[in-house]
Amino acid sequence: MTITSPFGQPFGDPLGLPLGQPDVRTPALTPVSDPVLEIRNLSVDYGYDGDPVHVLRQVSLTLERGEVLGLAGESGCGKSTLAYAATRLLPPPGLITGGEVLFTDRDGTTTDILRLNDAQLRASRWQDLAIVFQGAMNSLNPVFRVGRQIADGIRAHRPEVSQKEALERSAELLELVGISPDRLRSYPHQLSGGMRQRVMIAMALALDPQVLIMDEPTTALDVVMQRQIVEQIADLRDRLGFSVIFITHDVSLLIEIADRIAIMYAGEIVEDAAARDVYQRPRHPYSSALLHSFPPLRGPRRELTGIPGSPPDLSKLGGGCPFRDRCAFAFDACSKVNPELVFPDVPGDDPRRSVACLRHDPAAVRAVGEQPLPVPPELSAR
Amino acid sequence: MRFFLRRFMFYVITFWAAVTINFLIPRLLPGDPVSALIAKNQGRISPDATEALRALFGLDQDVSLWQQYLDYWGLILHGELGISFTYFPTPVTEVIQQALPWTIGLVGIATIISFTIGTLIGTGIGWRRGTWADSLLPISTFFSSVPYFWLALIAISLFSVTLGWFPASGSYDRSLIPTWSWEFVGSVIYYGFLPAMTIVISSIAGWILGMRNMMVTVSSEDYVTVAQAKGLSERAVMFGYAARNAVLPQVSSFALSLGFIVGGTLVMEIVFSYQGIGYFLFTAVAAKDYPLMQGIFLVITLAVLFANIVADFVYGVLDPRTRQEG
Ligand SMILES: Nc1ncnc2c1ncn2[C@@H]1O[C@H](COP(=O)(O)OP(=O)(O)OP(=O)(O)O)[C@@H](O)[C@H]1O
Ligand SMILES: [Mg+2]
Repeated sequence: MTITSPFGQPFGDPLGLPLGQPDVRTPALTPVSDPVLEIRNLSVDYGYDGDPVHVLRQVSLTLERGEVLGLAGESGCGKSTLAYAATRLLPPPGLITGGEVLFTDRDGTTTDILRLNDAQLRASRWQDLAIVFQGAMNSLNPVFRVGRQIADGIRAHRPEVSQKEALERSAELLELVGISPDRLRSYPHQLSGGMRQRVMIAMALALDPQVLIMDEPTTALDVVMQRQIVEQIADLRDRLGFSVIFITHDVSLLIEIADRIAIMYAGEIVEDAAARDVYQRPRHPYSSALLHSFPPLRGPRRELTGIPGSPPDLSKLGGGCPFRDRCAFAFDACSKVNPELVFPDVPGDDPRRSVACLRHDPAAVRAVGEQPLPVPPELSAR
Repeated sequence: MRFFLRRFMFYVITFWAAVTINFLIPRLLPGDPVSALIAKNQGRISPDATEALRALFGLDQDVSLWQQYLDYWGLILHGELGISFTYFPTPVTEVIQQALPWTIGLVGIATIISFTIGTLIGTGIGWRRGTWADSLLPISTFFSSVPYFWLALIAISLFSVTLGWFPASGSYDRSLIPTWSWEFVGSVIYYGFLPAMTIVISSIAGWILGMRNMMVTVSSEDYVTVAQAKGLSERAVMFGYAARNAVLPQVSSFALSLGFIVGGTLVMEIVFSYQGIGYFLFTAVAAKDYPLMQGIFLVITLAVLFANIVADFVYGVLDPRTRQEG
């Protein structure tokens, strides 16, 4: 094999791991920040004419190297839009109206993906940042064999690799995700849904990318298959050391795999904290409600409540907090200011977590001349 | 393999049905124009030919219909289609053999050109939808909505009569002897240019539009987005992923349009006095040359059938999903 990883190690090292470097995973709570992907104030509109819908509003997220960042939220809150925008694959009429997506390479150089020219962008795709799309069922071209579809991504970036070598590499990748290598010669319609999903994951790992965005990779699958795939992703991450943005509407799944969780609501991040903190000590009323609307995969059962009401129509958002109509803790100020991400108003909290709720932001409440209310006990568990 | 075998059986049955219908129709026609024609040509039709005609047209009243049917199959399988009245005593097969290459050559090449260029333009327009390229659509649609004979007449009056660039009729310079010489081939191309042009112009819009619409549909498929995400070059995504899938329905309509070449060129061959199969069909109808008519109908049927087989086969090769039916 002549394909080498960015470290000069050959792929498919017979003694060691089949890909890239061994475990470089940073523990989730290291104080030193080493971000591999930073999304800053990303805004996306749908529709070019008169009044576009602001689907993403000033979204900021940081993915640390080696970390699994979970992104959760109800259907329609803009999770997929975020994934598409960050990779510049947004289909029309979607338009990125502002922000930066900073990618930091292993050698420390930082580039803004949104400002790359066409050639640089194509070179960076798959190599730096690969993505597994929500609709894995339709992510494979029905007229080509699976092997060819994995191989062409490799050869697009490594023209010196022969088709035969690329196919050998594809076989290794399939083995990596637990599929028999003779499936290389299968057409997509000959594979089950779970297998196609794994093929997509294998394909995403083809060039040993540093960042993997997975948009609901398990949604179409049964629970057993979901578990298997999530465990496999966690295992691969430990072995290969890539970082993951794992998108789902199922928070209980994230507890299993994520180091950190960001909760999204109506096109904004409303809470961003370590997974355990979100799970045991949610600070935002929406996070808390979301947690209570899914049965936990393990641990004690808790009462399922669901979230009253439905997500707001993004084209009719006025000022104020978008969640206020469904919020049990809303007060006068909530219709006047849209809260920004701040450090929670709970003493002793992890300094790296943040929440966008006026209950935690007395200064913003006072700024509009309202009386701040204290954080309710439900949102200040220790 | 089972797929192809199954299709093969289907075509054998279709062929049988086509020949049977061709056998039955003259027998169901009211009146007996064939007897009259034989009577009129008394003495000029040899006893052998009369026999064959009787079998082909069911004039043998003393033979059962079943026996006639068997005889008819016997003749068809030996490639005998009777003797043309108008070109007596040339056998129908020979007349068709002379006419067919002209039609297939001219219209076939024109159709291939139209398909290729139209599909390429459609690929480009569909890939860059919403740009200036879209303005090509109304222009080509305009030409395809003009009735064909009208377009052909205008082309003749403009390019042959007024400008004198191309001959108005015929298929080659009559002073030349048909051989594989450069001179003769050049003359064939020169004579064929104008008719071919009119066919391309009137049919290209369909290919452009069909391909454009499929490109628009396929471009939003997830696998095209994945191909983009993989960082493949734009050409690779556009041709390898989008156009590769968008072309599938085009291919089947292309094969079908090849099948209709033989029957569908009547107007062109009349307007340009081009002696292909359509021209002969026209003269056969005018002269009540039943053997020739029936022979040409059979050839048309076979052409459509053959095109269907090709379409099926090509589709099966291009789209693995069709090979896997239950
Ligand atoms: N082409 C479009 N035009 C207008 N609005 C759109 C378009 N595509 C998506 N949207 C809107 O953008 C919002 C976010 O959509 P997105 O697909 O990102 O949601 P999501 O969080 O991924 O949901 P899900 O969990 O169902 O996948 C939705 O409210 C949707 O209505
Ligand atoms: Mg989505």
